[in-house]
Amino acid sequence: MLFIDLIAQGLVQGSIYALVALGLTLVYGLLRILHVAHAALFTLGGYIGVLVTNQFDSLGLAMVVAILVSGFAGVLMYRLCYEPILHRPPFVALIASIGLFIASEEIFRIAFGAYGMSYKNPPLQAQVVIGFLSFKQAELLVMIGGALIIGVLALLQSKTRLGIACQATVTDPQMAESFGIDLKKVRYVNFFIGSGLAGMAGVMVALLNNLVEPTMGSVPSYKALAIIVLGGLGSVPGTLMAAMTLGVVESFGTIYLGKLLDRNAIAFAFLILVLMVRPQGLFARK
Amino acid sequence: MEYEISLVTAAGISVLFALSLNLITGFCGQISLGHAAFFGIGAYCSAMLCKAGMPFLLTLPFAMLLAGGVGVVVGLASLRVRADFLAITTMGVGFLFVGVVRQQDVLGGEMGISGIPDTGFSKLAFMTLTLVLCVAAALFSQYIRRSWMGQVFNAIAEDEDTTRVLGIDVPRFKLAAFAMGTALAGLAGALYANNLKFISPDSFGFIESMTVLSMVVIGGIGSVLGVTAAAVVLSLLPSMFTFIGDYKLLVYGGLLFLMMRFSPDGVTGAVNRLMAKGKR
Repeated sequence: MLFIDLIAQGLVQGSIYALVALGLTLVYGLLRILHVAHAALFTLGGYIGVLVTNQFDSLGLAMVVAILVSGFAGVLMYRLCYEPILHRPPFVALIASIGLFIASEEIFRIAFGAYGMSYKNPPLQAQVVIGFLSFKQAELLVMIGGALIIGVLALLQSKTRLGIACQATVTDPQMAESFGIDLKKVRYVNFFIGSGLAGMAGVMVALLNNLVEPTMGSVPSYKALAIIVLGGLGSVPGTLMAAMTLGVVESFGTIYLGKLLDRNAIAFAFLILVLMVRPQGLFARK
Repeated sequence: MEYEISLVTAAGISVLFALSLNLITGFCGQISLGHAAFFGIGAYCSAMLCKAGMPFLLTLPFAMLLAGGVGVVVGLASLRVRADFLAITTMGVGFLFVGVVRQQDVLGGEMGISGIPDTGFSKLAFMTLTLVLCVAAALFSQYIRRSWMGQVFNAIAEDEDTTRVLGIDVPRFKLAAFAMGTALAGLAGALYANNLKFISPDSFGFIESMTVLSMVVIGGIGSVLGVTAAAVVLSLLPSMFTFIGDYKLLVYGGLLFLMMRFSPDGVTGAVNRLMAKGKR
């Protein structure tokens, strides 16, 4: 029983990782930037979720607002911060992004206090029993909502004009441009979608823990980096697999290796191990 | 005077730490986001040995050796993965170090190690020792930069593949950079532990890795003088302007971002550009 329970917990955690990492992968695939500040949008989403829910008592509204605001904030971030330094060597954008992330964590702390905020009456906390497993409603929302969103996105990407334009741009930006694809538009759309997803993940994590705090983004941000590397940098299916794998590895690891390593260390030990054996990532095509 | 001495000592340790990362990231172009781990290894090694009764000065070589040894192992990773992958791997090493130390009761776990025995040095003597080591490290860096090895480092940083094609044994030089850089970080860590008499895993986390990276970046990647100056200014900033204290990370983060956004080659680059403009 413990075995299946651990897998289930791992999958819940993995869904969150997947939502955060997906946006990161979209950005990496397009721009080859390790976008650490992505997690700032995750935190932003979490805060908006709590603020709006407490104000208007509607989780649905909170979700929509969080996705929209995080999405636009992401586009703004790209426009103001990344676009001007795209032609520089990659570490420039990486370090700029880390700086941006540290600064934004501090802004959250200064604006909303170091101790974080919670829902006044947290929604979706009831337990649901499925077979012999029991979940919180919020956990189910995370898993099902996550899977649904990712499925819809995959469909959009392969069926719509814009989705195909995105794929073309990832594969070969120059060729895509010469076929008349507006690179700028594709990049904006990608940043919007990726950042919106991060915002949504923020709301969901806030639901799971019933807490938002300034530092809530740091662990997902570094984990998400580990995940996109495991997934082979820029590959969407690889990222999803890697997110789920990492979620499960962590939940087993904390039980069996908890005495030796803490949760983060388990994730990164796994990452380093994989990279040494397969430097191109777990699910990358050769 | 007490206060000034402790400030100068702390700044000196920062300089040493920043110069150590400069050898790896500045000279050899290998980005490291987990450098605080080696600082930590040096600190823990020296602290444990001191508590076991070894004289302080004798622990320094051991701290360097252990940090450098682990550094070579991580350096081996840099042979497998490059650029972005390496950045993430080194970040992982940082988290791994903190995670391991946290769970080991032998190393004091969450609580860290306190009550590290007296070094036998007066405050003033300890400061002098730190400064002497700083000057030595700076001179050593300059020497390396001018040497054949420094030229190769530069070539690797500029274009690894071409360097390889020229028949240069790139892996050997990369490992050398990691060995030297991490050993120096271990030395800085040992000084840090004996200066504060207390260490805990939190002092060697990701934020510290980022702080030291920002010193190197803001100083101007690769420039010994620039990095030294940036390390002094950034480590003194919070104590000089106490009102910054609470916003220290905001200032670091903001500086890091603005620097990369407007002058990716750091203050040194900005100064050079201004000079070039003045001459015209």
